[in-house]
Amino acid sequence: MRIKAQVSMVMHLDKCIGCHTCSVTCKSTWTNRPGTEYMWFNNVETRPGPGYPKQWEDQDRYKGGWEYKDGKLRLRAGGPLSKLKNIFYNPNMGTLDDYYEPWTYDYENLIKSEKSEHLPVARPQSMITGKYIDKPEWGSNWDDDLAGGSEIVPMDPNVQELQEHIAMEYEKTFMMYLPRICEHCLNPSCVASCPSGALYKRDEDGIVLVDQEECRGWRFCMNGCPYNKVYYNWNTHKAEKCNFCYPRTEAGLPTICSETCVGRIRYIGVVLYDADKVKEAASVEDPQDLYEAQLDCFLDPFDPEVIAEAEKQGINNEWIKGAQDSPVYKMAMKWKIALPLHPEYRTMPMVWYVPPLSPIMNHVTNEQELNTDGYIPAIDQMRIPVEYLASLLSAGDTEVIRKVLLKLTAMRVHMRSINVGGIDPLNESKLLDEAGMSVEDIEDMARLLGVAKYDERFVIPTGRREMDDDLHYEQGACSIEDLAPPEGMVTYPFERGS
Amino acid sequence: MEGIFWWVIFPYLTLAIMIIGSIYRFAYGQLSWVAPSTEFFEKKWLKIGSPLFHYGLLFAIIGHIMGVFIPIEFYHWMGVSDHLYHIGAIYGGGLAGLMVVVGAIILLIRKMTIDRVRVHATFADFFSVISLIIVAGIGVYMTLVYNLTVVEYEYRLTIGPWFRSLFTFNPQYELMLGVPFIFKLHVITGFALFASVPFTKLVHFYSVPVHYLGRSPQQYRSRVGYKRRGLE
Repeated sequence: MRIKAQVSMVMHLDKCIGCHTCSVTCKSTWTNRPGTEYMWFNNVETRPGPGYPKQWEDQDRYKGGWEYKDGKLRLRAGGPLSKLKNIFYNPNMGTLDDYYEPWTYDYENLIKSEKSEHLPVARPQSMITGKYIDKPEWGSNWDDDLAGGSEIVPMDPNVQELQEHIAMEYEKTFMMYLPRICEHCLNPSCVASCPSGALYKRDEDGIVLVDQEECRGWRFCMNGCPYNKVYYNWNTHKAEKCNFCYPRTEAGLPTICSETCVGRIRYIGVVLYDADKVKEAASVEDPQDLYEAQLDCFLDPFDPEVIAEAEKQGINNEWIKGAQDSPVYKMAMKWKIALPLHPEYRTMPMVWYVPPLSPIMNHVTNEQELNTDGYIPAIDQMRIPVEYLASLLSAGDTEVIRKVLLKLTAMRVHMRSINVGGIDPLNESKLLDEAGMSVEDIEDMARLLGVAKYDERFVIPTGRREMDDDLHYEQGACSIEDLAPPEGMVTYPFERGS
Repeated sequence: MEGIFWWVIFPYLTLAIMIIGSIYRFAYGQLSWVAPSTEFFEKKWLKIGSPLFHYGLLFAIIGHIMGVFIPIEFYHWMGVSDHLYHIGAIYGGGLAGLMVVVGAIILLIRKMTIDRVRVHATFADFFSVISLIIVAGIGVYMTLVYNLTVVEYEYRLTIGPWFRSLFTFNPQYELMLGVPFIFKLHVITGFALFASVPFTKLVHFYSVPVHYLGRSPQQYRSRVGYKRRGLE
């Protein structure tokens, strides 16, 4: 058992209002430099829709993630040999046009133009070439709130796989928001795709980072990541990606996207997992088993054996306590209401989503008289087809989605009976039985999802600086320490850094 | 005594600039040490030009090792006749050279005509591509035109031993004095190109990621105690 800690996030989609505050604060923190204008480490997509970059879920094209073939787990885009062969031209990589050409406006013209009959205008100007763009045809969130409607929606790869016809009439259609950051996967395919070894997963907190000094710009990470969340900076010619705001999380603060989330949809916490189990879990044959296999990798932070072993492997008490109080552990592992995005990519993503319950079934008109038997089939009649959610969050397994929606419905009914009343207690308990949750769990869940405060939503132990075990050595170290033997008394019989 | 400058001082000077400059840049300029791809801006022409150029260059390097590094005695010992060697060298080397030149010209035209690529191309970028076209162009001319129309020049008796003598620090510059002008020009422009390596994007050739083949797919790294690799 090799215990590692992972800082992880849950997003409760019911509460996302699609305001893009997360994207904007992230951008102004991390990607407001030349070369990064088109990058959104955090973006919010309207679904159904093609997403950003366009059709990123189309793995026949981008060949991201892993595939299980002939009893072996391998990169879909090909292993090291085929990568070296393709190093001069990567056939699967997207280009700027798959994202969008960033532009600004020629504001100066508003001030400097000569007096004329017509008002001066600020024309759009490309931030790549500096030329005027006469007619911008795509941009970040061009398709926000289903803009483009029936022309744009069918570009969604999930829609293309959906059996049933998606109604595009205003009264019948559906819509949801999907905020996306880097998944900081347990089995990251970007890391495995990097020929230079510049991408790595941090031992301490599982954050996946790009070493800017070692990156050589080979670009295989861009499409090797099935979520297309590694970007190419055309100015520095190096890869950049979401870094989970590690300077903030190390100080115990939430990421900037979470901190500024208006709907408070985001939760951050630590989970413990067994790194030895990851490869095996990513190699189960049926993609629909991947979700369960991933859950099997996580360790119970209350188990005395796990605690003892974690302490032995150098995970300190603060982090074990953090794993016990973790909102992510509760939602994803204990109550199982948060699901991984596209588990079929076999990367074991670590950003979890609570599927949206609303807009609630439109044929439930008289909720006071509705019995349990009425709620359960209603889940299948919801506006957002269960099949669509399943193709996003459970590799197409609708049963997983139904279970989560049932739990959320049970919570809704239970809380309604407390606050408003008028619900038959017998039916209510039948619904709770069906959802498989105790009253305590349901009430705990309602609190966490509804009214949890800052320190309940974000349980982030600080970076383990005391693990940088040379601190007192470094205080008295001389500047040529790697060349000369340490000065003064030798207090370290061991090799440093071991 | 002009021979001493061109065949002793100049090669050592350019190689010294290349080696010291590269080490300096590796030590202090990691952030600029990249293969500065523009595939993100344009794929269609790159798909033809880039593999043509790079694979051609790879074959050309192998050809130079065969022609200049490996002594003629080795071929005789192997039983390869001079005629057979030259057929291989002329057609194999000529093809590799043509790939380099054609590929580089495609890349140069692409660099000049595609807006997104041109705007971000630097002087050093153009310098590298154009000087590679010149060096490789001279190489193709002497391999295909000179060898076939003037004389099959036996450089394995002159340029080869001279080049190897540089590495034993006993440069036999007199070997180069009778070499045809076009071959001399190829050697001199080639060494000049070497000197430009640390100042251009050409440094990325040091970083061919061969270690990728043997490494574990997943990379964990602790915040402390990570040691950088040396030159790849």
